Amino acid sequence: MSSELIVFLVLSLVAIATALGMLFSQNAVYSALFLVLNFVTVAIFYLLLGAPFIAMAQITVYAGAIMVLFLFVIMLLGAESLAPTNTLPWQKPLARLLSVILAVEAIYILLTKANSNMMVTSPDASLNTMESLREMAVTLFSSFLLPFEVTSILLLVAMMGAIILTRQEREAK
Amino acid sequence: MHLSETVNTGFYFLAPGLVLAPILGLLINAIFGKNFSEKVVGTVASLASGTAFVISVLLAYSVAVNHGHPVSVPFAEWIHIGNLELDWTFRVDSLSATMMLVVSGVGTLIHIYAIGYMHEDVRFKHEEGRFNRFFLYLNLFIAAMMILVSGDSYLMLFVGWEGVGLCSFLLIGFWYEMDTLARPSWANSNAAKKAFITNRVGDFGFLIAGFLMFWYLGSFQFDEVFAAAPAIAHDSPWVIVAITLFMLVGVAGKSAQIPLYIWLPDAMAGPTPVSALIHAATMVTAGVYLVTRSAPLYTLVPEAQYIVAMVGAATALFAATIAVGQYDIKKVLAYSTISQLGFMVAAVGMGAYVAGMFHLITHAFFKALLFLSAGSVILGLERGHHAHAHHGHDDHGKGKKKESKKEEHGHHSGHDDHGEVFDPGDMRNMGGLRKTMPVTFWLYMIGTLALAGIFPFAGFWSKDEILLDASLHYTSVYWQLTIAAFFTAFYMGRQIWMVFFGEARTDAAKSAQESPKVMTVPLMVLAVLSVAGGALNLPFEGFHNLGHWLEYTLGEVHALPLDLKVAGISTALALLAIFISWLIYGRNPLKAGQPDPLKKPLGFVFTGMENKWFVDEGYGVLILTPFKKLSQFLADVIDWRFWHDFVHDTVIAGTYNWLSDVVLSRYADQKGIDTFFNSWGSFTQWLSGNVRRIQNGFVRSYALSVLLGVVLILGYLILK
Amino acid sequence: MVPVNYYVVLSAILFVIGALGVLSRRNPLIIFMSIELMLNAANLAFVAFASVYETFSGQIFVFFVIAVAAAEVAVGLALIVEIFKTKKNINIDEMNSLKG
Repeated sequence: MSSELIVFLVLSLVAIATALGMLFSQNAVYSALFLVLNFVTVAIFYLLLGAPFIAMAQITVYAGAIMVLFLFVIMLLGAESLAPTNTLPWQKPLARLLSVILAVEAIYILLTKANSNMMVTSPDASLNTMESLREMAVTLFSSFLLPFEVTSILLLVAMMGAIILTRQEREAK
Repeated sequence: MHLSETVNTGFYFLAPGLVLAPILGLLINAIFGKNFSEKVVGTVASLASGTAFVISVLLAYSVAVNHGHPVSVPFAEWIHIGNLELDWTFRVDSLSATMMLVVSGVGTLIHIYAIGYMHEDVRFKHEEGRFNRFFLYLNLFIAAMMILVSGDSYLMLFVGWEGVGLCSFLLIGFWYEMDTLARPSWANSNAAKKAFITNRVGDFGFLIAGFLMFWYLGSFQFDEVFAAAPAIAHDSPWVIVAITLFMLVGVAGKSAQIPLYIWLPDAMAGPTPVSALIHAATMVTAGVYLVTRSAPLYTLVPEAQYIVAMVGAATALFAATIAVGQYDIKKVLAYSTISQLGFMVAAVGMGAYVAGMFHLITHAFFKALLFLSAGSVILGLERGHHAHAHHGHDDHGKGKKKESKKEEHGHHSGHDDHGEVFDPGDMRNMGGLRKTMPVTFWLYMIGTLALAGIFPFAGFWSKDEILLDASLHYTSVYWQLTIAAFFTAFYMGRQIWMVFFGEARTDAAKSAQESPKVMTVPLMVLAVLSVAGGALNLPFEGFHNLGHWLEYTLGEVHALPLDLKVAGISTALALLAIFISWLIYGRNPLKAGQPDPLKKPLGFVFTGMENKWFVDEGYGVLILTPFKKLSQFLADVIDWRFWHDFVHDTVIAGTYNWLSDVVLSRYADQKGIDTFFNSWGSFTQWLSGNVRRIQNGFVRSYALSVLLGVVLILGYLILK
Repeated sequence: MVPVNYYVVLSAILFVIGALGVLSRRNPLIIFMSIELMLNAANLAFVAFASVYETFSGQIFVFFVIAVAAAEVAVGLALIVEIFKTKKNINIDEMNSLKG
């Protein structure tokens, strides 16, 4: 049992725990906070996998911006827990069943098809983060230039959409 | 061909003309008759018949020249099916030549007589337009009779047989909408139907004989049949007996023997020339000709010969008794004809073919003479009746006589003003006519003496020969025929005294007028033949002319010499009968309204004679009424109620309606098909109603369905 | 040396948890967050394989996913706010106007 494996298991437990916490928490704020924690955990995973830029991007964008936005809206709309309802009574059991089946199927596929000899690179190998960062930047701006530009347009459009959607009609004076 | 050659070899090629000449006359009168005057129509018809007579003479001459050798003149192919070959062939031999001469000769004389007779008759009945039709039918009859006597096979004979039956029907029912006294009635049509139907019964017998003949002897042709007959008679004689006896049925129908004679008295409803030609001289003799022609068959079966002879003798006696009690002048002659036909049939039954044919010929002469003279008497009475009626009107319509003649004709169609119908044929209305109609009187006398068999008239010789043959063959036949001869003389004497002697019993008889020459001249020819006809076959050596003539066809004929005993008995009986009739009718002539002197002494016997021994009534009860009841039953119950109402309406139509209404409409269509298709609709509704539930608007359930799809696809990929 | 299978299994588990969240919660915000979790799980798998094959394509792809997720969240939250203004309620079961 190598140390990497131990770290991996501990971190995966934390990730799963926080995910479940997000799922089962009745308070929306608590759910959001759990999710933040999950994101941070996943960021650590990225670090372990030798993707420092992505880890930082995850924390900055996901945990920092998106989740904050979520919290703003939660505050705005009210985080009270909703009363239990009778609509679609068959939904919950069926969902659970299907999820279990999905998990079983996915794990089955992934375990049997994926080659278990493939190993993840250890973090020691990619210690030179600046080098890897530069290479990634080069790849990004050369091979993936078009998606990069399109993504920027996409962000622009999303911004515009959000503004237009929430704009209130000004009444004529 | 040079005439000399033809004279030597014979005029056989003329044979088809026997039939074609009358047909041609018929066609000319049918197509152009409406443009001709009555004289021309009658002349054309008489010429057609006369041509047939001339041809008959030439053919007879040809037969004589060829020593009686029979000659077949083929005319046309008729039926050719497989092995069956039936052709229309003319046979010219001495027997057929004899018949041809009689038919065409007497026929032509009657055609000439009919010109005058019908001229007056259509005027008395106010149907001038029908004159033409009479001569069409007469010519058709001559043609059919010629086919009968000149045929080479039984089949051709039968064609003619049927044809003369048809013409008899047409001519008896000539005045189809009236009765004999010109009142509107079914009587004449019924008489015609009776003749046809009774003949049909006879024809049925003829047909059975024909079928047997064809089946066992293999042919209809005379020579072939006669050649094959002896072998069959040896092996299975019942065949020949059956054939001959069934032919006897046909003879009974056509020649009016017991039991099928009933049509002949009713046939007097036709005009008198018809009675003379068809029902005295020619058609009724077809049966006698048939038996004579079939002589080779009859000689093979003496049992059948005996039956034929007995039938003939019984008929002769029976009819003679009926004739004694009749009042209508033509009915007496009708029963006399039946009686004389009995003589002929008895003769040929016994095998005395020459005697039978001899009597056929002489009977044709004197019976035609008698009938035509009776017609003359009837017309004379009609003329007298009309003259008397006009005379009576003269007192009323002075000065209007000239214009009103036509209207008066319209008023008197045989009726006088008292509303009673005048019957010109009833002997009780006659009397003393020898003074007003002398020519007719003498002609009638000659006919009567010939019929009664008084020496030296023709009837004496022929009847005597029959009696002679009968005395040698069958004694019972001889006695029956002798007694019949006695009655014959008696009723003829009665007729003479009642009609011509005494005082006129009615005004019509007082004013009776003699007939024109066109009627009396043919009668004179017949009278001569009635007197001299005996010369045809005198029973003296060297004078057996007819016998030798017919020998060519019949083979060896045993010619009998005169037997004074038989001749003496018959002559004595005839004279005795005439004397007795004078005692009863002649000495104290009948007064008007006086009943018949025989009525009281003979009582019920005379009533029987008067009413023809109730034979027709008997047939009605025994046959006609059950037949009508049966056919009514079949029509009403079986055909209408059962077949139509029940089977058709109830069963078939009902079932059909039930099928379509109940089964098909209600069950198959409404319950079955409608339900089936409606169920599709409701199923679709149900399905869509349920599928609609997926669209419940809840996002979560949509997400669930997405997940479900993913699961399923993954599952499929795994399992693959 | 961790076998990549482990990372992939973890990714699958996180993904299923996210799917469960989408299906069973009625608060649309929680549902959104579950969607983010699912995206995250996918990112993890990408990065894991990028590490195995020592290529940068996986990481770049994750970069784009993060960017798109950001954009999507922005618009989605704006929509939820708008719906709240109308319905005064964020129970997702109440939003069934598209019911057939």
